[in-house]
Amino acid sequence: MIDRLATIGRGTFDILASLGRSSEFLVRSLIAVPRPATGLPLLVKQIYAVGVLSLAIIVVSGLFIGMVLGLQGYNILTDYGSEQAIGQMVALTLVRELGPVVTALLFAGRAGSALTAEIGLMKATEQLSSMEMMGVDPLRRVIAPRFWAGFITMPLLAMIFSVVGIWGGMLVGVDWLGVFEGSYWANMQSSVDFGEDVLNGVIKSIVFGFVCTWIAVYQGYDSVPTSEGISSATTKTVVYSSLAVLGLDFILTAVMFGDI
Amino acid sequence: MRQRTMEIVVGAFVLAGCGALLFLALQVSGLTPQAAEPTYKVYANFNDVGGLAVRGQVSMAGVTIGRVTGIKLDPKTYQARVEMEINKSAEIIPTDSSAIIRTAGLLGEKYVDVSVGADQSYMKDGDTFYGTQSALNIERLISNFASGK
Amino acid sequence: MTSESTFIDIQNLVFLRGERRIFDGLSLQIPRGKVTAIMGPSGTGKTTLLKLIGGQLRPESGRITVDGICVHKLRRSALYDLRKRMGMLFQSGALFSDISTYENVAFPLRVHTKLPEDMIRDIVLMKLEAVGLRGARDLMPSELSGGMTRRVALARSIALDPELIMYDEPFTGQDPIAKGVLVEMISKLNRSMGLTSVLVSHDVPESLSICDYACIVSNGQVIGAGTPEELQDNPSERVQQFLQGKPDGPVPFHYPAEPIAEDLAGGAQR
Ligand SMILES: Nc1ncnc2c1ncn2[C@@H]1O[C@H](COP(=O)(O)OP(=O)(O)OP(=O)(O)O)[C@@H](O)[C@H]1O
Ligand SMILES: [Mg+2]
Repeated sequence: MIDRLATIGRGTFDILASLGRSSEFLVRSLIAVPRPATGLPLLVKQIYAVGVLSLAIIVVSGLFIGMVLGLQGYNILTDYGSEQAIGQMVALTLVRELGPVVTALLFAGRAGSALTAEIGLMKATEQLSSMEMMGVDPLRRVIAPRFWAGFITMPLLAMIFSVVGIWGGMLVGVDWLGVFEGSYWANMQSSVDFGEDVLNGVIKSIVFGFVCTWIAVYQGYDSVPTSEGISSATTKTVVYSSLAVLGLDFILTAVMFGDI
Repeated sequence: MRQRTMEIVVGAFVLAGCGALLFLALQVSGLTPQAAEPTYKVYANFNDVGGLAVRGQVSMAGVTIGRVTGIKLDPKTYQARVEMEINKSAEIIPTDSSAIIRTAGLLGEKYVDVSVGADQSYMKDGDTFYGTQSALNIERLISNFASGK
Repeated sequence: MTSESTFIDIQNLVFLRGERRIFDGLSLQIPRGKVTAIMGPSGTGKTTLLKLIGGQLRPESGRITVDGICVHKLRRSALYDLRKRMGMLFQSGALFSDISTYENVAFPLRVHTKLPEDMIRDIVLMKLEAVGLRGARDLMPSELSGGMTRRVALARSIALDPELIMYDEPFTGQDPIAKGVLVEMISKLNRSMGLTSVLVSHDVPESLSICDYACIVSNGQVIGAGTPEELQDNPSERVQQFLQGKPDGPVPFHYPAEPIAEDLAGGAQR
């Protein structure tokens, strides 16, 4: 009994400790902004690695999700004879929910895991140590550019996802199922509000970008420098990021759209 | 990859993201660039606004001329007082026009339709519609019909 | 040894890894401008000692001063400034795997100096030439062999011409020619620029041939120290065992464990 209590206690302290460590880590890498002359090329390189290389999966997934939304929406809406509302349905679903959330989930799997593995491997091969010994702070040189790249990239990817999805919905709804194109757009425009829907979606993806990148770089930085350590850190990145995204999405949705 | 190529690709990526935002703003949410068109306020008192919401459209002959900006209960008359902002370009509503709450489609959104009158003078900022027609409440219609009233 | 000629001064160092005492009251002075070899059995904590000197690890108790500055009491920024005066060759090389050999050597120059590009190029090529790898400048670290990696790392750690350089096993994985060149290079660097060098190595003959002082660390303590000649004449059985590489003797070859007979007998119950 006391044994079990001790285990629970120790587990709680472990969680608190890692929360504390990761917060300290976050603050230190946020204030460690590199000088623009050296920092900007590093940031560009990371935006390339994190953002541009994730573009293919984002565009393809966005297209398919938009097409599925178009099909399903059409099937449901024809029952009420209001299949012109398909544009509204596709756009609202994407802009408010699926754009930010699915992008964040894909980001965690594609870019987050890569970040963790890369940083973990740099740690395991003592690259971070040797940087420290050269008098260069790895938080400034390695972590900060990756963090900002993820943070900047996520909203861009989410918006691209939504646009591609809306286009995919139109492909199915208008070109295939024969909804009138004018009503596809008109219905959308009359029901989607820029501040309420689009901006809230963007805010969501900014929050997700922050959390996913934080988790990814911290897991890499804190990983045990062995192959098992890195593989478990990568797994943790994907699992924690996905859970965090889904949980935060509920909270954000409740705050943003809850009081109708 | 060479630094320069990478910079160009990243630049294109950021531009694509901004383009996406622009598309979402203009094409998807129908935000017009000259959003700051001057407006004037008019009011209408309804017995029942049943489902009309703030930000709902105000239209005349099917053309959107403004938006609903506020709905509140008038404590004296127990009526709903709806505040609307109408574009200055549509400052041609005859004073004897009436405001009607209609539904877009069978289950669509409620909007305010201005039924044009014949008067020579036009409504000004702060005026109230002379005549109104409240929302058609399907449920109430059905229950009235069922109970034979 | 007078105090102003001491560059690194380690007093009563205690350091723990978990429950294990890696260092238990170790004291060591490293003189300025000389080559000091640190030898000892594998796993006694030689790498750990270098990391303690570089301020990457904190001692449990005791103090480490480098050029009169107490390393583990420094604030982060002061520590980073101190490290700019140190070079360290990691046991694994630790090259940055995402940039080329040339860029690896140029890295410390780019970060810490504002030299123009052509001057950086000259320095990098000179350093690479010194380790015999000028022709390998465009290779990525993954395309280098283990020995080449080590030599590029060496070129990188001397790029800034530090005051102190710590070599963690520079000779492992080098063929006899490269080994000879490295031995030559280490002593030349030391004589010409007045560097203080700390050389961690298992290669007894090579180390003793270039060092001015040597010390043998075992079981968390210094068991023998002095000039190479003094060490050769050291009467201690443990020192002699290590220098001559005899398997049996007081220096344990094994990681601490219960006697093997007990362990094997105990295996039946597990
Ligand atoms: N990160 C770590 N966590 C726990 N123990 C460690 C860690 N790193 C090293 N050790 C332990 O510290 C001891 C000293 O390690 P160190 O790497 O300093 O040995 P070394 O003297 O450099 O050996 P070698 O000559 O083989 O390189 C080892 O016995 C090892 O078990
Ligand atoms: Mg070692």
